[in-house]
Amino acid sequence: MALYQDVIMAGFGGQGVMLIGNLLAYAGMNAGLNVTYIPVYGPEMRGGTANCTVVVSDEDIGSPIIQRPKSLIVMNQPSLDKFQPRLEDGGVQVLNSSLVDASQAEARVRTVAVPANDIADKLGNTKMANMVALGAYVRATGVVDLEVVKKSLTSVISAHYSHLIPKNAEALQAGFDHAG
Amino acid sequence: MQADERLALADDEQMAFEVPDVLVDRATHYCPGCHHGIAHRLVAEVLEEMGVVDDTICVASIGCSVFIYNYLAVDSVEAPHGRAPAVATGVKRGRTDKIVFTYQGDGDLASIGLAEVMHAANRGERITIVFVNNTVYGMTGGQMAPTTLIGQKTTTCPGGRCRDREGMPIRMAEIIAGLGGVAYSARASLDSVKNIRAAKKAVRKAFDVQQQGLGFGFVELLSGCPTNWRMDAVKANTRIREEMIPYFPLGVYKDVTEGEGVC
Amino acid sequence: MPHNTTDTGTPERIFIKGNEAIAHGALAAGCRCYFGYPITPQNDIPEMMSYALPDAGGEFVQAESEVASANMLLGAAAAGIRALTSSSSPGISLMQEAISYMAGSELPGVIVNMNRGGPGLGDIGPSQGDYFQSVKGGGHGDYKLLVLAPATCQECYDMMVQAFDLAFKYRNPVMVLGDAIVGQMKEPVTPWKPAAVPATEAADWRLEGAKGRKPRLLKSLFLEDGALAGQNRHLQAKYAAMQAEAKAESFLTEDAELIVVAYGSIGRIAKSAIRKLRAQGHKVGLVRPQTLFPFPGPLLRGLAEQGKRFLTIEHNCGQMVEDVRLSIRGIVDSAFYGHMPGEMPGSDDFLAPILDAMGGK
Ligand SMILES: Cc1ncc(C[n+]2csc(CCOP(=O)(O)OP(=O)(O)O)c2C)c(N)n1
Ligand code: SF4
Ligand SMILES: [Mg+2]
Repeated sequence: MALYQDVIMAGFGGQGVMLIGNLLAYAGMNAGLNVTYIPVYGPEMRGGTANCTVVVSDEDIGSPIIQRPKSLIVMNQPSLDKFQPRLEDGGVQVLNSSLVDASQAEARVRTVAVPANDIADKLGNTKMANMVALGAYVRATGVVDLEVVKKSLTSVISAHYSHLIPKNAEALQAGFDHAG
Repeated sequence: MQADERLALADDEQMAFEVPDVLVDRATHYCPGCHHGIAHRLVAEVLEEMGVVDDTICVASIGCSVFIYNYLAVDSVEAPHGRAPAVATGVKRGRTDKIVFTYQGDGDLASIGLAEVMHAANRGERITIVFVNNTVYGMTGGQMAPTTLIGQKTTTCPGGRCRDREGMPIRMAEIIAGLGGVAYSARASLDSVKNIRAAKKAVRKAFDVQQQGLGFGFVELLSGCPTNWRMDAVKANTRIREEMIPYFPLGVYKDVTEGEGVC
Repeated sequence: MPHNTTDTGTPERIFIKGNEAIAHGALAAGCRCYFGYPITPQNDIPEMMSYALPDAGGEFVQAESEVASANMLLGAAAAGIRALTSSSSPGISLMQEAISYMAGSELPGVIVNMNRGGPGLGDIGPSQGDYFQSVKGGGHGDYKLLVLAPATCQECYDMMVQAFDLAFKYRNPVMVLGDAIVGQMKEPVTPWKPAAVPATEAADWRLEGAKGRKPRLLKSLFLEDGALAGQNRHLQAKYAAMQAEAKAESFLTEDAELIVVAYGSIGRIAKSAIRKLRAQGHKVGLVRPQTLFPFPGPLLRGLAEQGKRFLTIEHNCGQMVEDVRLSIRGIVDSAFYGHMPGEMPGSDDFLAPILDAMGGK
């Protein structure tokens, strides 16, 4: 079976889900795979959640829009309410258990709970919770190599903030380790 | 203010002001610090004070304020981008006894709709135009507008507006004042309480001349768009005072209320 | 030029939005002038052109309206310059007069339409509601545009190069018809450098001052006895010759019992649905027209002659299906599924319509 993974990443605007969506897509591209990334805009944008969809595959990709995803990164409670019901049976979801009630995870799917905000806090900046979650996601799905993700940070963090890259790499690693 | 908050006023508290009934009580979609809400409120107060709410027809234009019909409880029609003065002409000629007004942004009125507003003014259509000048295309994400100031950076003039390439910002209140059918043309600003009071008088006048059948009424309101100016609301007000007013002087550019009207 | 080359000289893939790929492709194709007016969901194109085109020695003008943008395009075309305008549905409606004049005067130019929901102001989401307007002329008179329909960001790039070449080859306006999906999504794109535009392009008709030759006239007014009929015959012959440019992607059509016909973003979404159904053993394939005019009718007719059945899927209420039916008339009909503009389409939405069209097989 060909390599194929799709994911919806969702959270509050400001939690940086678009950033980790781009990062995963870059990592997929840098690993030589096909990728699509699409941010959700339109009426859905006003629901208080931001989300994006990433597809990674070694075949040419059909739909960039996914109705029943194989995986999720859920950064806040409203996103769990909205997207968990859509997750495919047997799919994987990474829950940011700092803000999401992990006891609501359904048994029909595999759940990886990561207190992403708390871990990011310990590393010195709550804002890196998105990176912690992505690190955990990479461990849980194995979709791309964590090192490729780390190397791709330069593509999504502008030169002006390049001094933050090592910290973000640490956050990715911390999430990865936690999910182990 | 939400309805439930108003009910919660304690006995010893006093209402500082009433919300006009014509202004619909609902959460705004405008960004924090946006002046469209204030401009809506001035229109609402004036229509109520004139007692014409139920005889008013609003022509909404295309810009952030297209949703004016969600906030003003008057009959409304949506015009294509820039065409509101032509649509208003049709409404008014069909119902000469009604108060008809358009509410337009600077992209809508001074760019794509320049021909329509100039000819409606020149014909002396008995309509009122409330023109909200915020020096950008707000709704589409902050592109250059005809009113963008020299040096102002936007997404389509990332190096700042340049006179040689993009021309000078257009001063609409002055241009409109020069046309034959105009009864009233003024520019006011929404940056401070004092200026908002003066703005309300100008809005009222622009409606009065229509009601009196004197001609075309035009009021330009200098307004903030903190989102696309990429600054907070306080800085936006300062920008209006320090950068906009010097180029767009406030004042009345034409007022025929003393005479016989136009044409 | 948007070239990101590695040490080995292999062009690297760049990860960009479809709208950006349109701009990159136009620059690679030698576009010298851009005229446009802001409208969602295509603002990335003028925003990128506003700095990239002057950097490349070209001119960017934010026009006062789409009426003006399209007439600026007409003017640049008359000067023999590779020029571009882009907009979305309401703005494209305003351009129709100038586009009709361009077709009548045989002037080449490229118009990008990132189709959004209509009619009227509609919404800013994706739609294919402008199919008829794009392929049937759009303005007044008997004329056609060449219409290219990208489904991927790479095609956005490639088709811009192709669009400029076709426009000058046929002296005809070309439309690149995308939507809010392909414009807003990001994919890796491999930029490539087409051959430079020859300095002699359009040398036999362009306006540049009549020094040493008779003055030239570019016009669409033909009042003399028989002149307009002659011009129309000439145009029709040209449109017939364009049939040679028809192109489509065929996916698993060989053993397919049912052929899904879908273009642009809907074509690639349908591909996902087809993969799912194939995995369940259903013999279904896809034809995705990449040119909408000329329409790949002969390809469809060939498949109809092999006894295949058809389902047309569009993000509108039924437009291209008429061209599909015309292509296969007398042999078989096409079923239709229209996803309503205003609703985001996904591949699951297409499963039941495809199974239905297969007769429950
Ligand atoms: C024919 C057409 N072209 C372009 C647009 C896109 N559009 C919507 S609003 C707008 C400009 C709004 O700017 P302005 O009038 O200044 O109003 P603001 O949002 O700043 O209040 C544009 C260009 C459109 N709806 N129709
Ligand atoms: S974008 Fe600007 S004009 Fe529009 S609502 Fe926000 S602040 Fe107001
Ligand atoms: Mg504006």
